[in-house]
Amino acid sequence: MKITPAFIRNELKQVKDPEIPTISIVDLGIVTGIEVSENNAIHITLTPTFAGCPALRMMEDMVKEHLGKIENLGEITVKTSFETTWTTDLISDEGHAAIKQHGLAPPMRNCAHISMEILEATSCPYCDSNDTKMKSPFGPTLCRSLHYCNNCKQAFEGFKPV
Amino acid sequence: MNNIDALKELLYKMADDQLILGHRNSEWNGLGPILEEDIAFSSMAQDKMGQSEHLYNLLNQLGEADADTVAFTRNAPQFHCSHLVELPIGGYDFSLIRHFLFDFAEYLRFEALKTSAYQPLAQVAKKFFGEVKYHTMHANTWVYQLGHGNEESNSKMQESLNFAWNYALGMFEPGPAEEMLINENIFIGEEALQAKWLEVVIPLLEKSNLVIPEQSSWAPIYGGRIGNHTAHLQPLLSEMTEVYSIDPSADW
Repeated sequence: MKITPAFIRNELKQVKDPEIPTISIVDLGIVTGIEVSENNAIHITLTPTFAGCPALRMMEDMVKEHLGKIENLGEITVKTSFETTWTTDLISDEGHAAIKQHGLAPPMRNCAHISMEILEATSCPYCDSNDTKMKSPFGPTLCRSLHYCNNCKQAFEGFKPV
Repeated sequence: MNNIDALKELLYKMADDQLILGHRNSEWNGLGPILEEDIAFSSMAQDKMGQSEHLYNLLNQLGEADADTVAFTRNAPQFHCSHLVELPIGGYDFSLIRHFLFDFAEYLRFEALKTSAYQPLAQVAKKFFGEVKYHTMHANTWVYQLGHGNEESNSKMQESLNFAWNYALGMFEPGPAEEMLINENIFIGEEALQAKWLEVVIPLLEKSNLVIPEQSSWAPIYGGRIGNHTAHLQPLLSEMTEVYSIDPSADW
């Protein structure tokens, strides 16, 4: 049986971000390379979300572990490379929905020129109100900011656009 | 000195600055004046240490020892960090001013390095640039608020700025073979970087109701890049490497 990159990509949809377990690493946009060589050897390339993200090595191991369970695959190698710069624009629409499902505000699109004003305009993941206040550009993990919704009186976290 | 040595010198000083300031930032863990600031300084510490690791990995590719060995087994004279980053955290006013002065310099450094002819460095610079942008936004928000707060907050910020200024100028200590890096379009050089930095930080500080020290008093504090450090660095290193020194294979 010949394994295709599309098959592998589909399999990797089952590997979830350890910090946001509703989103797959594929929808997060960090899988930047899938190569299938002779004997169905698989070479996966991941790009880091944040340079200091402690989940990165864990995700490498999770990819190896998941693919390791599939029959007919040859050797599996996973490497991390900065060749493709990860930005939140690489998160798919499905990924946005998954982030929201986890109770986080998805990152705004096209935020190459991020500013405090843009962050202030984050809409509430619970009631969709735009009447929110940013409390801090830093949150409990490197990818999150802290906000408060004036409409539903709920504190929430946002996925930071980068 | 050949161009590889010049490149290593650049990478070492960047990585060491990140690692040491990362450690200093982590000292605010549990001590921040408000919870959000505790979290902010801890997050920035994590960013900086992560960035330093990737820079040490680039050095590893150029033949230096691996990241852990380089980070945890050198003594103060083998470090290339600037004096600014090794100073103790002091009060929150000093830590904020240092964070402001340092992170705008980093931001501009990474911005310039995004187009470096040395591809591996350009790639990480693109990544770090987006992260450090948040650090500068955080710094500027607080410097502005406290500069405009009340007389006490303004004077504390002003005193810290006066104290930190010459240390900050010391970040731009010229490297021994910078011409090579400039000629090969690897890096724009410290002098050009300092000029960009002054253009950015001076208007922001003035907008925050703070006064830039008289130019006649500017006297950059150099030495860090060639291994001459303040007495504060070695105790920091001893603390940072305590676990590694007991058990180099310690892991979690």
